[in-house]
Amino acid sequence: MAAIKPKHQRLVLALIALAAILAAGALATWALRNQASYFYVPSEIVANPPDLDRAVRLGGMVEMGSIEMEADGVTIRFVVGDGTARVPVRFKGLAPSLFVEGSGVVAEGKLAKDGTFIADNLLARHDENYVPRELQDMTEHQKDAVISETVGAK
Amino acid sequence: MIAEIGLAALWLAAALAALQLIAGSLSLTGKAESLTGTVRPVAIVQGALALLAFAALIALFARTDLSVKLVAMNSHSAKPLIFKIAAAWGNHEGSMLLWVTVMGLAGAFVAQFERRLPEKTMLATLAGQAFVSLGFYAFLLISSNPFERLNPPAGEGNGLNPLLQDIGLAFHPPTLYLGYVGLSVAFSFAIGALLTRQVGPAFAKAMRPWVLGAWIFLTLGITAGSYWAYYELGWGGWWFWDPVENASLMPWLAATALLHSVSVLASRDALRIWTVMLGVVAFSMSMVGTFLVRSGILTSVHAFAVDPERGSFILVLLAIYIGGALTLFGLRAATVSEGKQFALVSREGALVFNNVMLTAILGIVLFGTLYPLVTEVFDTKVSVGPPYFNPVGAVFFVPMVLILMVGPLLRWRKDSFARIAKVLILPVILMLGAVAVVLGIAEYRGIDGALPFVGIVLAAGLAIASLLPLRERNLLRTPLTTWGMVLAHLGVAVALFGMAVESAYKVEKLVAARVGETTSVGPWKVELRGIEPVPGPNWTAIEADLLASYKGGATSAVKPQSRSFWTPPQMTTESALLTRWNGQLYAVIGDEAQDGRWQLRLWWKPFVTLIWFGGIMIALGGLLSLIGRVAADIRRGVARGRIADRHESRAQ
Repeated sequence: MAAIKPKHQRLVLALIALAAILAAGALATWALRNQASYFYVPSEIVANPPDLDRAVRLGGMVEMGSIEMEADGVTIRFVVGDGTARVPVRFKGLAPSLFVEGSGVVAEGKLAKDGTFIADNLLARHDENYVPRELQDMTEHQKDAVISETVGAK
Repeated sequence: MIAEIGLAALWLAAALAALQLIAGSLSLTGKAESLTGTVRPVAIVQGALALLAFAALIALFARTDLSVKLVAMNSHSAKPLIFKIAAAWGNHEGSMLLWVTVMGLAGAFVAQFERRLPEKTMLATLAGQAFVSLGFYAFLLISSNPFERLNPPAGEGNGLNPLLQDIGLAFHPPTLYLGYVGLSVAFSFAIGALLTRQVGPAFAKAMRPWVLGAWIFLTLGITAGSYWAYYELGWGGWWFWDPVENASLMPWLAATALLHSVSVLASRDALRIWTVMLGVVAFSMSMVGTFLVRSGILTSVHAFAVDPERGSFILVLLAIYIGGALTLFGLRAATVSEGKQFALVSREGALVFNNVMLTAILGIVLFGTLYPLVTEVFDTKVSVGPPYFNPVGAVFFVPMVLILMVGPLLRWRKDSFARIAKVLILPVILMLGAVAVVLGIAEYRGIDGALPFVGIVLAAGLAIASLLPLRERNLLRTPLTTWGMVLAHLGVAVALFGMAVESAYKVEKLVAARVGETTSVGPWKVELRGIEPVPGPNWTAIEADLLASYKGGATSAVKPQSRSFWTPPQMTTESALLTRWNGQLYAVIGDEAQDGRWQLRLWWKPFVTLIWFGGIMIALGGLLSLIGRVAADIRRGVARGRIADRHESRAQ
């Protein structure tokens, strides 16, 4: 570096900075393609399942009468539906307080071999004003179908 | 009446900001020399009026005046006074009013006290400040009037989101806003310096205390926000890479880079253009953060469309200010003459390296935060979380920490690694020791992932390296600014150690327990003694009565709650914490399971508290530096005054 003519120092520094930032951008783009967690509704996950070890999010309505607690008292099973498909979900943990049957939920986790969705985390509405991002569309486009289905199932 | 006074004060303040902009720009172009004298007083009065408007809003909330729409929407008469007051800024309109108030006060402060810069640069700076303020005044007055009346008045208020009814959160937003707005002053200085081509040490010295101050508040705000999320959400995590968190992290990263480059400019007259650019970027990040949080775009791009006026308004402001500043930068950057030269291996070289790394991390966070918004436009919904941010950020964070160990030991201008190699033996030994310890522990209990491992080793090295600048120094005569640097860098090591150890060695237990049952988590034995209902001022709760003992020692009570608030009706989880010097026991109560058992979630989080202690140390380091700088400025000012007096008396 000492060999670089003083005249060009600013240019060299600018190029180094630019290179580092471009490298960061390239790395970020590559990583985002691999690490971003895609959002699925039940009919999509059934029709076109993601890789088994890939973290994804599954959103839909919790079917009426589907929540069951296993004997350990901390694992729950329930079914998420969107009017056309149904996906069984298994979750070990504390469910959020607004997680109830007939209401929307977004589960973060992975799809298991047997088609069960293993959730690490459940997102439900956590107050009157907040609805998880993915559920807002759900309420507009699919809620009617989901409700008629869950009511029919009763 | 109070609401009308507040609104009137707000309009007047906006008018004065317009005057400040016009008078400032006209006298800058030399068209109206007579207006030059008005700019500073106008800035001061503008700040006072903004403060009056904010005080009016506080008064309305303190009295729960339900004839004001904002109060009715966000407060409730049955609420402790402190939360009534905090509700004033716990909403969109109030927080924007807080923003312009702090900005007005900052402008007033600059106008009153900053005398070092050439008057032209000052005028340009104050005009720039007024230009930015004006946009936010317009935003408030046109699309988010906080003083709007409700006719007829509401019978009772809607209440404040219970999650926000917490003392930590009452002070979280104002702290962050002080940081954001402090950066607006740095932005105005950068614009002023570019316009008048006065990018030099004097500019850097005027800007430095504002950058330092803003950075201290941002550091505290982020630390407090992290702790709030940790104990209030009941998820046991301390950072989620949530877009709202990222919105506060991005200005911090830019401010950290700016803080260091402004120091180089002030003491070495190098990095002129880079400092100006960071000044623009730092405040731009504050505005991007505010836009992300305030526009509703994070909930959904569709939510953005629901309230298009506000979102579009901020977006237009963003485009004007960021676009305008970058255009000015593009036009003027080439005309700023180059500063002093330095070799690659030098204090400047290390600071440039870390500046570039910080900027790269900033780019990664910005990219990851905006990516879901971009894909959503194309109808693909994704979310981006720790699997992206942690490893990709680490690629740049790790080399940065390594250089951070070396940088403060290097001399300015030109140095060689050979000179400091001997000193560096100590941190290298410590890092090797840390490697041995971590591998030893991994032998019998394993470790999740490589990152926490790297973090522990780096933290050990940095902890000792950060103290090295104090070697062979008379500690009593070491300047406060050096102490500040040492403390802040040590704080980084402490926080990093906490994060890494918590990630590597936390123990989690999820059980459904009967009353009387004992369970264990890590070194703890926890007994569930009972479940009781507990009444509160505006909630009722179910409380678990737990008795915890560390390695069979003395027992302490731990009482997590599940609270039901009445207005608005909502459930929240109140985690209970038991703090020891070496970590925290974290307990949460869940639902009732079958046959009278209750769900409990327990964590043993070794050294987790170091994360926030580290954050506080970083902020304290900043504070020491700030005190050191300001004291030096005052001493110099007094000395200059004395010399001037002497000259005067001699002349007589």
